[in-house]
Amino acid sequence: MLVRPKAGILDPEGEAVRGSLRKLGFGVGGARVGRLVDLEVDAATPQEARAQVERMCQQLLANPLVESFEIEIEGDAA
Amino acid sequence: MIQPRVAVLRFPGSNDDRDAVWALGALGADARLVWHAEEELPEGTAAVVLPGGFSYGDYLRCGALARSANVMDAVRAFAADGGPVLGICNGFQILCEAGLLPGVLRRNRDLEFVCRDVAVRVERAGTLLTSRCADGQLLTIPVKHGEGCWYADEELVEELEAAGQIVLRYAEDCNGSVRDVAGVCNETGNVFGLMPHPEHAVDPLLGPADGALLLAALVDAARERALAAA
Repeated sequence: MLVRPKAGILDPEGEAVRGSLRKLGFGVGGARVGRLVDLEVDAATPQEARAQVERMCQQLLANPLVESFEIEIEGDAA
Repeated sequence: MIQPRVAVLRFPGSNDDRDAVWALGALGADARLVWHAEEELPEGTAAVVLPGGFSYGDYLRCGALARSANVMDAVRAFAADGGPVLGICNGFQILCEAGLLPGVLRRNRDLEFVCRDVAVRVERAGTLLTSRCADGQLLTIPVKHGEGCWYADEELVEELEAAGQIVLRYAEDCNGSVRDVAGVCNETGNVFGLMPHPEHAVDPLLGPADGALLLAALVDAARERALAAA
């Protein structure tokens, strides 16, 4: 799952990264810094896995006041 | 005068726990350190303090992992019963992440770790943390944090302002907090969080001693609770 600062919320870390990239000569208009969490989840179906991860995001992995999240389910490892 | 028991929680990475115990002791409390893995608070606990530091290495988000510590279930129950709870700095972050206080603490706007004395205005006197202060009183208390930028959306801030839950405000720009909020309380007025460190401002030998006003008020509230229970 991928967490990032919600749109419209100031992201000082992203701003600092953007500043550094511009200094290096890259024409970067904006940068947002988020977090990637790889999870291995026991679930019978992708739908069930998604539902589980959604609950994890709401309870711990993201703070809904300031962060949004996206979930990507990868195939069946088992 | 009785010395009310105050539990000072210690998480892996807490580092202001001993200062808090010392300061509360100097102000007449029987302060006890309580390890995060404990399932219960010490018998007769009449107030709880969550100290500053970097619990669980600040992993994921500051304060986020502490919410699932064993001792937090006991703190939730204690708070629900009206017990006085104070979170200082990382303790404030923990209480926000645990849903016991409104808002969230984020990276300081200017990415700077601020470490200095700041002027803080008492926005609401007469709470159990500010019962020894007057409305509008300016306190000098040190801050030291990299993630103290309090955030709540416009709607929530308006609600909190109207309900008198904004207890302390920086009198100067400190870290980019929404409306310069430095400290808030919950709806029922028994759970408090603030970024400044009152436990570092108790003995005049070491600088400003205004923190004693806040902590002594907490000890007063704890004493009242202890007496009511006796």
